[in-house]
Order: sequence, then structure tokens, then C-alpha cells
Amino acid sequence: MYDAYIYDAVRTPRGKGRDTGALRGVTPVSLAAQTLAALRSRNGLNPALVDDVGMGVVMPLGEQGADLTRTALLAAGYGDTVPGYQLNRYCVSGLDTINMAASAIMAGQIEAAIGGGVESMSRVPIGSDGGAIYADPSVTARHIYMPNGVAADLIANLEGVGRPELDAYAARSQQRAAHAQEQGYFDRSLINVRGPGGEVVLTRDEAVRPGSTAEGLARLPAAFEGIGRAGFNAIALQRYPELERIEHVHTSGSSSAIVDGAAAVLLGGKAFGEQSGLRPRARLRAYASMGSEPLMNLGGPVPVTRKLLARSGVAISDIDLFEVNEAFAVVPLQYARAFEIPEDRLNVNGGAIALGHPLGATGAMLLGTVLDELERTGRALGLVVLCAAAGQATATLIERL
Amino acid sequence: MTDAKSTATPPASGLITLTHGGDGIALIVIDCPGTSVNVFSAALTHELSEAVETVLGDPSVNGVILTSGKAGFMAGADLKACYPAIAAHLDGHEETPLQFPEENRLLRRIETGGKPFACAINGTALGGGLELALACHHRVLSDDPDTRVGLPEVSVGLLPAGGGTQRLPRLIGIEAALPLLVEGTALNAEQALRAGIVDALAEPPGVIDACRRWLLGRPDAAQPWDKDGYRIPGGAGPLAEHAMRSFYAGMAKVRQRTQNNYPAPLAILRAVYEGTQLPFEQALDVEAACFRTLVQNPVARNLIRTQFIGARRHAALTHRPAGIAAQPVRRLAILGAGMMGTGIAYAAAAAGIDVVVLDATPQQAAAAAAKIRKIALRMGGKGDPDAHAAAIQARITCTADFALIAGADALIEAVFEDRAVKQRAFADALRYMAPGALIATNTSTLPVSGLARYVDDPTRFIGMHFFSPVERMPLLEIIMGEQTSQATLAHAMDLARRLRKTPIVVNDSPGFYTSRVFCTYVDEAMIMLREGVAPALIENAARMAGFAVPPLAVLDEVSLDLQKRVVDQAVADGLDARFRRVQAQPAIEAMNRIGRLGRKSGGGFYVFSDEGGKHLWPGLAELFPVAARQPDVHEVRDRLLYIQALESVRCLDEGVISAGQSADIGATLGLGFPAWTGGPISFIDSVGLTAFLRRCEALKASCGARFDPPASLVGQAREHGSFYVEEGMMPA
Repeated sequence: MYDAYIYDAVRTPRGKGRDTGALRGVTPVSLAAQTLAALRSRNGLNPALVDDVGMGVVMPLGEQGADLTRTALLAAGYGDTVPGYQLNRYCVSGLDTINMAASAIMAGQIEAAIGGGVESMSRVPIGSDGGAIYADPSVTARHIYMPNGVAADLIANLEGVGRPELDAYAARSQQRAAHAQEQGYFDRSLINVRGPGGEVVLTRDEAVRPGSTAEGLARLPAAFEGIGRAGFNAIALQRYPELERIEHVHTSGSSSAIVDGAAAVLLGGKAFGEQSGLRPRARLRAYASMGSEPLMNLGGPVPVTRKLLARSGVAISDIDLFEVNEAFAVVPLQYARAFEIPEDRLNVNGGAIALGHPLGATGAMLLGTVLDELERTGRALGLVVLCAAAGQATATLIERL
Repeated sequence: MTDAKSTATPPASGLITLTHGGDGIALIVIDCPGTSVNVFSAALTHELSEAVETVLGDPSVNGVILTSGKAGFMAGADLKACYPAIAAHLDGHEETPLQFPEENRLLRRIETGGKPFACAINGTALGGGLELALACHHRVLSDDPDTRVGLPEVSVGLLPAGGGTQRLPRLIGIEAALPLLVEGTALNAEQALRAGIVDALAEPPGVIDACRRWLLGRPDAAQPWDKDGYRIPGGAGPLAEHAMRSFYAGMAKVRQRTQNNYPAPLAILRAVYEGTQLPFEQALDVEAACFRTLVQNPVARNLIRTQFIGARRHAALTHRPAGIAAQPVRRLAILGAGMMGTGIAYAAAAAGIDVVVLDATPQQAAAAAAKIRKIALRMGGKGDPDAHAAAIQARITCTADFALIAGADALIEAVFEDRAVKQRAFADALRYMAPGALIATNTSTLPVSGLARYVDDPTRFIGMHFFSPVERMPLLEIIMGEQTSQATLAHAMDLARRLRKTPIVVNDSPGFYTSRVFCTYVDEAMIMLREGVAPALIENAARMAGFAVPPLAVLDEVSLDLQKRVVDQAVADGLDARFRRVQAQPAIEAMNRIGRLGRKSGGGFYVFSDEGGKHLWPGLAELFPVAARQPDVHEVRDRLLYIQALESVRCLDEGVISAGQSADIGATLGLGFPAWTGGPISFIDSVGLTAFLRRCEALKASCGARFDPPASLVGQAREHGSFYVEEGMMPA
């Protein structure tokens, strides 16, 4: 086996995923191409050395269809010889492409690759892609897609996590993100995004709400009451009949923000780095993917972490920093409880609640975020984990060099 | 209409007539002999097919009108005739499941034969009747207020297998069609027109002419879906704009409502989702495949044999004693103007009977009149609710003056469940009743033979136990006292039919049938509470089993002091231990002691909120500590189902009720026993007698002797393995 190194990580700032968002006017292919171009220019990268490029795209249709990655590579001037593919495993896709790149390097089949993701939720909204798990009665009679928010509320009910705890967590995510922005903790990975006319349209994550407080968040209405009542509460109770009812506790303020963004991470073997004059920043030590109960939907992070720890021989206490995607506030809270992780190691610079979750890109963004923070604080081991729908999850362990 | 040149071609056995007008328009009239409604039988299919070939092959025919010679158009497939095939296939006696290839060929021939067909829907068209109309190229519907169109097959566990799942969505779009198919809704004429199911309305005598005018305009003889470039309105498949609403939210709604116990709505969703994405012929194959899965599922058999065949037999008084002349009730006296009395009064007035309702004081009588008016407004009637309420009230006199009973030829006593109170009421009332009058008691728990002592003629005394709310619950439990005559039974059944109730007949015994079985349901829940089973688990298990109301919730509705009174009365009467609800007594006592009696006392097992919601009282955990280890939800569900099934068998064994089918009707119509089972006796048959007994042994070992199966069941298993007695199933 060969070592797979992480040489660089870039990401766009996240634009609000609505008509007034700063990236609304930037096409997904442009977002992806800009990250690829940035990776290339920052590192003096000879693109012909790149063996493969994967990008996570969770809504792979319309502007994001027809293998967006290859299209973006051509647009970014990577040349004829660099192949690209897009991948959809829901919200972990951006991390999965990085793991796939790493695994091919570890297997000695390639020398350098890029993993990343792109999602323009303002232009290709969530739910655009149809899908049998939503619409096909032969599937949904037994395995219907549990709306994410209802699933989050279900987990909160089962864990005994109440509204105040969720709101407090959400407020802290906003405060930490705002602080990190101010202090420039994200500067190393962020690139400026240019609009159609070449003008810079965004330089920092714009969804953050710095003044957020738990008291303010407490005033928001529970967001998933309506869809719960439409039948999904009953479906949850069929599986968890020990609950009298589903109490809806998550709000728009304690759920990940809908945003646009792209990210790319450059990986390679030792030889690639020497050949290109690049110093590796980290080693990708291990990764794991796993499924768990589809109905509960978001319960993958804990079991996949156990699988990863068992495989890598690493203990929780060995890990310095965790990035657990804030799909909903209950996800990192449940994770922290399960592994007894102190607050100062988990999502220390905020998370998707404040910064936003551009579905296909987030996995790659979190990897860059944890790497930057490991470097900033001189710490060693970082773990990135995201839940993905239908109970799936992926986790990746990196070691700063 | 037709001119002198018309020729009639009467086919072999005369279900239809075919006449040919000189204007090039042929008229097919469906009129099945010997029934009041047309049904889509194999014979009709055969004759219609011949007639269709005749007109298609006749060069002088340019268009065809299809109509019915009866008041209604057609009621659909003959379920009673189909049932033996369904049951036989399930029992393994018949290889091929029920299917309709001939019918579908006929419908396809009508729509692709090359000549335009116009359907003159002169009256109600349901199921196969509407499917026949949908295969025509044009539909004119009678605008009579009684006319209904719909595809109700889902309610008997089936789906419209004559192309209904494919034609209706192609005609009006999936989003509009799905709810009609999944819920089996029947629409009136206005609604049918607005939905696009029919092309025009006409007054009943003019329906045929409207069709004729359309045909004389030499229209297209092709369905929209058989034309080039056809696109289903609103689109199909997961990317259709409506897909998240009709398929995603639609499935969630179905799974909530049916708790995965009813396969038909799921099969319909599937037939529509898949079929509408395919060419028409293939779509019909999908429909047929989905129909096959339903016809091989016991739920359809259970629903048909109890809800359809059994309920109709009972409502039609098939079990009425023969040879007894009718004695129609003209004037009915009702004692007691509580919830039951007022409900019964409404039902009687709605049936055209004059009613006198008696209560203790003029104030209570006035309150009763107001209550009845509210019921009438809620029930609405066919036209203006106010007019309906006025008509109802015109027939009812609410009073405290017993003398106004004079001349009443029937009496129903619905006062407080106390012997002394009833005795006084009878004493006050009977002196005014006409001699030989039918005297009935609405008691739900006091032995009828005992109450018979309070009347002059015990042979004319009978129990008529109604269910709340009377204006909506169709069940009536008729209880034979020791001396009740067959004539009295017949007259009580006649009255039941007039009141639009479905009667079951039981013999006098503690709790009769329904209350006795009801007690086992709620008692099992209270036993589980004491064992430490979480209350939410009990209630959810009941919901998952398909019970209309979970046991703790229903206890709060009927109240816990009533339970205590029943127990105290049973003890005072010295009844056998099995009627004294020994294992439930501690829970009943505990709730009564702290005054948590149910909804009427402000709270019971539940806390009732001002906004109308409720949740389980947190204090239950103190009264009934929750065990660390909880049973599997399926065990809880089984306990609630099995205990009622076992008690029903005991009632049969003891002669409390004479037929399993009556027990099934009583439980499903009166106790909210899950309809998908067909009732407690049908449930045993569905599980399979051997499997049922095995499960009883397991439940007996873990929960107690009350799950010990009666010797009669064990004996039957040994003898011939099958259990259910099909009554009245064979076609006449």
C-alpha cells in the first residue's frame, strides 16, 4: 500500500441559496471550474499529472447534469487528458470523492487526483431529481424517504434532546463561525468567486448570522410539524411505538442553511509531490462508509465512526478535532454524547447551521476546514464525518504532517 | 327518438337489447333481469361483446349509445358472485385467481373498434359500471341528486380491474384521479362534471338524446390516449410537477391511514405510478398484475365476506324469523333524552316515524330538542340542512309528560344504567302504551331477562342495544330475553331495518356479545399497564393493529366510573368470576380513587387540552411504573387481537351468539375491531387455525390462562383444520 497525501484544499465561500444569494448568478460549472482553476494556480499544478477528478453533485440534472466534472475540467483548461466523474451519495458525496481518490493512490493505481464537490441549490433546488425512493410505490410502501427534518426530530425525541439544547447549539455554531470569519481562520482555503462579468461577487460565507442567540432562536416555529402531520409522524411511530408522538423541535435556525458552493482537494502519492515541488499537508489515513436504518435517516455518523476506529486502531481520545456535519443540530449533539467528545474538539469553527450545506460540496469543505484548524493549532488527528440520507454515512481520518 | 325503421335484435338470454334507429345510431340498453341494479357479470360481458361486434360490423351504424334500462346505470362487478372464486383460490382449492380478461377485451374493443360510443349514464355508475362508461368516447350523466359515480373497489380490498386505474388518470390527470381511486370516493353529478369524468350533464329523460346529438355530429372514434402525441394531463412519473404531492405525500397519507394493514391503496398507487408511464396495453397488464396481488391477499376476502356480504345479509334481515307478519311502528316512545335517546330519536324521525322523547323535567326535554336539532344539522340530509332539521323536529315531541306517549306502538328505554331507575321509567310509561306494543331496552350491560320483570308482557320485551353516536353507528345488538317471542324478534329486526341499522341477534348473558368482548379489549390494556407496559406502546400497538380507537383512549371516552359500576354490579349480582373483570379491577379502582374518570371529568389516562388535543397523563408512570424491559409491539398487538377473538369463540360456544359472521359484524361495526381482519372469527381463519392455536399457547405461557384456547377450537383443528363457516356465500 502507498500513502495518500493531501496537498491542498480550496473552497468557494458559500452564497445564500436563494434569489438574493451572491452566487445566484454563477453557474454550477463556473463554480466548479473556479475551484479547479484555483487548485491549479495556487500549486503550479501541471494538470496532465492529474489522473482523475471526482466531484460530488447531489442534484445531477439540468445545469448540474451530464457529468459536470468533466465539463468543468474542460472549462478550467485542464486539457483533454484529465477525466472527470460526478458522484451522488447524497450529502457525503464531496467526502466520498476524496476517499475514492485516496484509495486509488493507496492501491498504487494512480499518482494524483482531485476530489471535491459542487452544488448550486439556488439554481438546481433540492428535490429536482425525482427518485424512486420518493415516488415509486413499490419502494415507498416499505422504504419511503423520511423527510430529513422529521428524522432529525425523531432522533431528538429518542435521545431526549429538547428544543433549548438544540437552539443553544445552533447559537454557538453561529458565534463560532462568526468568530472564525473575523479571525481569518478560513482564509487559507477560501477563494474569491467571480461572476459572469469577471467581477468578484463573494469573498466570505454570507449565510452566517453573527448576532444569533439561543433566546432569539427560541422564537422560531418548529419547521417540520406540517410534513410530520402529513403522515410521516405516523410512519415514524410505526417503527418507534414507544414514543407517544413526535415532538417537533428543529427550526430553520437549527437546521443547515441552504447555500451554493464548490470545493476541491488535491491528493497524490509521495512521488507526485516530489515531482511537482509540493509539500504534503496531511496524510489520509483511513476512511469508512456505512449504512444504518433508512427511516431514522440521519443516524449513520456514530456507527460509521465505530467502524472506522476499529479498522484504523485509533481511539476517540486520540482524535484532536472533529467535523460532524451540522445537517441538523441533533446530529453533532447525538455524536458528542455517544463518544463523550468535549465541546472544544467538535465543530470548533461553527458548521453548516451557520455556514451552510451545499450538498455535494460539503464533505470536501469540511475536510479543508479541519485541515486548516489542525495546522493553525498544531494538532495532529482530524476526523470528518457526515450523515447522508437513507441512513448512510462516511467518515475520514486525516493526520496533519 | 327512434323512427319506424328501427329493428330490435334481442340476444339469447335478454340482458341487453340492441335497437337500430334509421339515423345510423344504434342503442344498447342493459337491463339484467331479476335484479334492481345491473351488475357486470360474465353473461353480460358475453352479450355486450356480441352486440358490440354486431354494431361494429354493421355498415349502417355510425355511432352507438350505451345506456341502462334500470333507474341506475350499473353497480359494477357482482362481488357476491366473485367471492367464491376469491375464497376458493385462497383456500388452495382453485388454481387460477380471479381475473377479467374478457371484460378488458370488450372495453378495449369499444374504444378502438373504429366507431364512436356515447355512454348515456342515466343513473349511478360504480366500479365496473363507471369503467364501462370510461371506455366510451363520450359520457353524459344524469343530473339527478341521487346519482353517484365512483370506483369504490378499494373499500373491499380490491382495485378497479376493468382499466379504471389507467383510464381515469389518463382522462383527468394523476393528481385528480389518485384520491378518487385510493379512497373510493363517490361523486355527485356536479362533482363528476367538474372533475372531467363526464362530458356533460342532462336531466334524466334527456341523457340519451344528448348522446344522440353528439354522435350525429360524426365525432372521433378514438380515445385521447389512443391518439398521436397524447400526453397525460399533468404528466406522469417521478419528475411530474405533482409527483411529490400525489406519490410521495400520497403514500405517506396512505401509510398513516392504513397502518400497512390494507394492501389495496398501495396496489392502486403502484398501478397508477407504473401504468401511466407505459403504453396503454402494457399499462392494463400492470393493472391486472396488481389486481392479482390483491385477490390473493386475505384482506380482500375478509372485507368482502364481512363488510360486503355479511353486513348486507344482516341489514337485509336474512336471519329474520320466517312467517311473522310485519307490524310497522308508527309512533315510537323513547325514554331518556341523553346521548343515546336523542340519537335514536333522530334515526327514527329520519325514517319517517313519529317520536315522543321523555325526560324527567321540561328543561331536560327542551335541552333534548336542541340536541336533536344539532344532530340533524350535522347529518344534513340531501338538501338544505335547516330544512332537514325542521322536518326532523316536526316529527319529534320532547316532553316530561308521559301522557303524550299515548298510542305509541313501540318503546325504547334509554335511561340511566340502573335497575331502579329503569323500573320507575317503565312503570311510568307502560300505562300509556298501546297493548301488544314492542318494548325495548337500550341497556348495554344489565340482563334483559331481569329487566323483563318490569314490564307487563315479557314476550314483547327485547333488548335493542344501540351504539354511540347512534346517528352514525350502523350496528344494533338485539338481545333475546328468556321469554322474548319470535314475533317480537321479527318486529325488532323490522324496526332496525327501518332505522337503517344492521342487527345482530344475541342471547341474554352478561355483557351480551359486544360489551363482553369490549371489556376484554380494555381490560387487556389495563392488565398490561399493571405489568409495566408503557402506555404509549399499548396505544400505538392498537393503532398499528388497525383498531378504530386505542384502548386507553376509548376508556377515557366511555369513562372509568362506568367500568367501576359494571364491576360493582357484577359482584353484587354474584356473577361468575370471568364476568367480574378480576384482573382489571386494580387499575379501575386506582383511576376511580384519584378521580381520573375520563374526558367528562377533565382527564383520565389522557390529559385533555383546551385546543382539543390530548396526550397521555405523565402521572401514569407513578400509578403504573413502567418496566425496564418492554415487550415487542407485535406481542402487544397480538394480545389485543387474540383476547377478543378468544372471547368471541367462547360466546359462540356458550350460545350467546349463534353465527361467527354475526360476531364479525358486531365487532367490526360496533367495536372498531380492525376491518381488515373481517372480524375476530374471520381473524382466526386468516391466521390459520393451527397458527392461531400455537400463538395462543405462547401467549398463555407468557401472559396467563385467559389465552387458553377453548376446547371447541382445539377440536376443530384436529378434525378438519379449517374453521370459518361461509354463510350465504354461494350465489343464489
